[in-house]
Amino acid sequence: MPVSDPSLVNPAFNLVRWVILCPLAGIALNLLLGGSLGKRTAGVVASLAAGASFVCSVILALMVYQYPEPVAVTLGDWMTAGRLDIPWSFRIDTLSVTMMLVVSGVGTLIHIYAIGYMADDVQHQGDPSRYDRFFLFFNLFILAMMVLVTANNYLVMFIGWEGVGLCSYLLIGFWFEKGENGIGNALAAKKAFVVNRIGDVGMLLALFLIIWLFGSVSFEDVFNNAEQLLQINPIFLTLITLFLLVAVTGKSAQLPLYIWLPDAMAGPTPVSALIHAATMVTAGVYLIARSAPLFSLAPQSGAVVMWVGALTALFAAGVALTQWDIKKVLAYSTISQLGYMVAAVGMGAYVAGMFHLVTHAFFKALLFLAAGSVIQGLERGAVHAGAAEEGQDAVHPPAHGIDPQDMRSMGGLRERMPVTFWVFLIGALALSGIAPLAGFFSKDEILAAASHTSPWIYIILAASAFLTAFYMGRQLLLVFFGQPRTEEARSASESKAIITVPLIILAILSVIGGILNLPGMHWLQTWLEYSIQPLEAEGFVGWVALASVGLSVLGLLLAWLVYGKRQMRLTDPDPLETEAGFLFRGLSRKWWLEDLYDYLIVKPYGKDPFASFTGWMAGAMDLKFIDNISHALAWLARQLGRLFGMLENGYVRSYALYFLGGVVVIFLLLLSR
Amino acid sequence: MAPLSYYLALAGIMFILGIMGVLLRRNALVIFMSLELMFNAANLVFISFSAYHRLLDGQLFVFFVMAVAAVEVAVGLALMVMIYRDRLTIDIDQLNSLKG
Repeated sequence: MPVSDPSLVNPAFNLVRWVILCPLAGIALNLLLGGSLGKRTAGVVASLAAGASFVCSVILALMVYQYPEPVAVTLGDWMTAGRLDIPWSFRIDTLSVTMMLVVSGVGTLIHIYAIGYMADDVQHQGDPSRYDRFFLFFNLFILAMMVLVTANNYLVMFIGWEGVGLCSYLLIGFWFEKGENGIGNALAAKKAFVVNRIGDVGMLLALFLIIWLFGSVSFEDVFNNAEQLLQINPIFLTLITLFLLVAVTGKSAQLPLYIWLPDAMAGPTPVSALIHAATMVTAGVYLIARSAPLFSLAPQSGAVVMWVGALTALFAAGVALTQWDIKKVLAYSTISQLGYMVAAVGMGAYVAGMFHLVTHAFFKALLFLAAGSVIQGLERGAVHAGAAEEGQDAVHPPAHGIDPQDMRSMGGLRERMPVTFWVFLIGALALSGIAPLAGFFSKDEILAAASHTSPWIYIILAASAFLTAFYMGRQLLLVFFGQPRTEEARSASESKAIITVPLIILAILSVIGGILNLPGMHWLQTWLEYSIQPLEAEGFVGWVALASVGLSVLGLLLAWLVYGKRQMRLTDPDPLETEAGFLFRGLSRKWWLEDLYDYLIVKPYGKDPFASFTGWMAGAMDLKFIDNISHALAWLARQLGRLFGMLENGYVRSYALYFLGGVVVIFLLLLSR
Repeated sequence: MAPLSYYLALAGIMFILGIMGVLLRRNALVIFMSLELMFNAANLVFISFSAYHRLLDGQLFVFFVMAVAAVEVAVGLALMVMIYRDRLTIDIDQLNSLKG
């Protein structure tokens, strides 16, 4: 794949900088104006900035359609050291443009939604001044994500990679003084940050290896020389790709580093939709798709990636069955769907993985945003119920209020929030893989690829598909069907248009998203062929499609049998728990995996012998030994300075003497020659 | 004319006397006079060689040195007067506040 300079092809490709500069301009405007123009200006400015970024992406996409070969736009030098030369450069090809469109497109819709959602949220949480800050962080996220997807080398990509991690941290901890014991949200943010750091170590190690072995971080150089490296020693490519996998498990929440994503739901709902469902967490899938030439040369790593993804898909789908929090169900569902994507790119089905990434961005953003609408509906219901109870205008929800995210306190919202219900239904069916919706086509393509690759992977993924339909059916039935289980749910009301319109747009996308890569037409396939090579053609397998729809319908039916037939009361345990106690308890404890982490890593941190080891490292090693090295150097410099300072005693005669001595020395040197 | 070495020896003695004066005396005026002695030792070398080689270049140099020395003394004496007004002394060992 030759990479061209835009000046040779079409100077308009330089537009790519505006994809990044638009959100930056939004941040600058919001910082300078600081909401002095009115209550919701910050949200409007941020949405316009994200929208401008989307317009630029669309123009770029049209240009790439005209000229599909990769183009590199270089802004300037960044680092030049020896033979290593790292420029600030962007790569425009079909893959990066696809990501740009998803990030800015879905991002803009979520920005618009957040104008309405956050206005209510800051009221509800009691700090309206934080409205502006939210949109600063949101725009910063779009900026970082754009840097990540447009980068033309691994190091610039790493900047974006860390940038989105930072924004994720800031936004999870957006209500940092809230949550369990007033610190829960801050702890969740910290957990996400620390776990992501573990993944980033993998990324860094891969980067170091790449710099060491290739002497360059640019995608071009690395991919072109990969084959040569393979002939020297194949272990290096395996190492690089495995380190990249560690980075992916961190960012894309795969086993064993998935633990931060469920906690990340502490952030406001638009954050969960944008960062922790649609875009940031898919960065890992993008990383693997981008590094396809490396992974295709390291088949063992590909197999590991595939198994990690498939096991994550099954594991998280199982845990999702047992969650009561409306957002936690979606969080585990996200982990599970990310597992699908990772498994797909692991087995070399890059188009299927990217296809699922795009459709998943549509319907999972939709589901999260609809869940946000439900939560606020309940909060409004709480205010309303409280007002009715106390006979006055209640500004705050009553003290005995329920958790507005707990599905047990919902029920029967179908009549009360009709728009939200319909879009949620569409999202849930798309996620479950019901036939003509977007999720069906993309998931089916992954299952078809799995059926070619390994029967075990196929069975695992098909089982996850069944579980997916089951937990989505459970969620639908618990939230929208039956009778309201609380006063709050009874007085819930539909959200405003600014919230429902983005939902409707996303619902339409979730319905028609499948046309991107319809069997027989394969638009996405022909589109991506220009940037990912090698690419195997994906076939449409009839029995796989039938089986997956059958499993989905079966899952939904079973969910109806368990949760729909009999009206549940508020305090009832989950019907599954009474039926399959051990299984349910195991799943709800995530098979004690997090307890194991707690036992192995978190707990020993404060106890012997670990504590004495860390104490020794911090005290004897760091304070005494390492610090003393620098202290000794400083002491030496100070003593030398004092010694030479003694020469400068202020007496002119001694200066004259040094002068004379110098002259004599020079003279002697001249004479002795 | 006496041999060249006599002149050079005399100039050397004058120069060393000058150096000793600069290094050992404390009175700024005496140091100035010692400096003049070193200048003139150099001048003596110049004119000795000038006469020896029968070339005028050395004598030309001496005029320059004398002119510059006169200027230097003018500036130096003005400094001395100012220092005396400030400190009521021209003992250079008292002027040691600039040091490392």
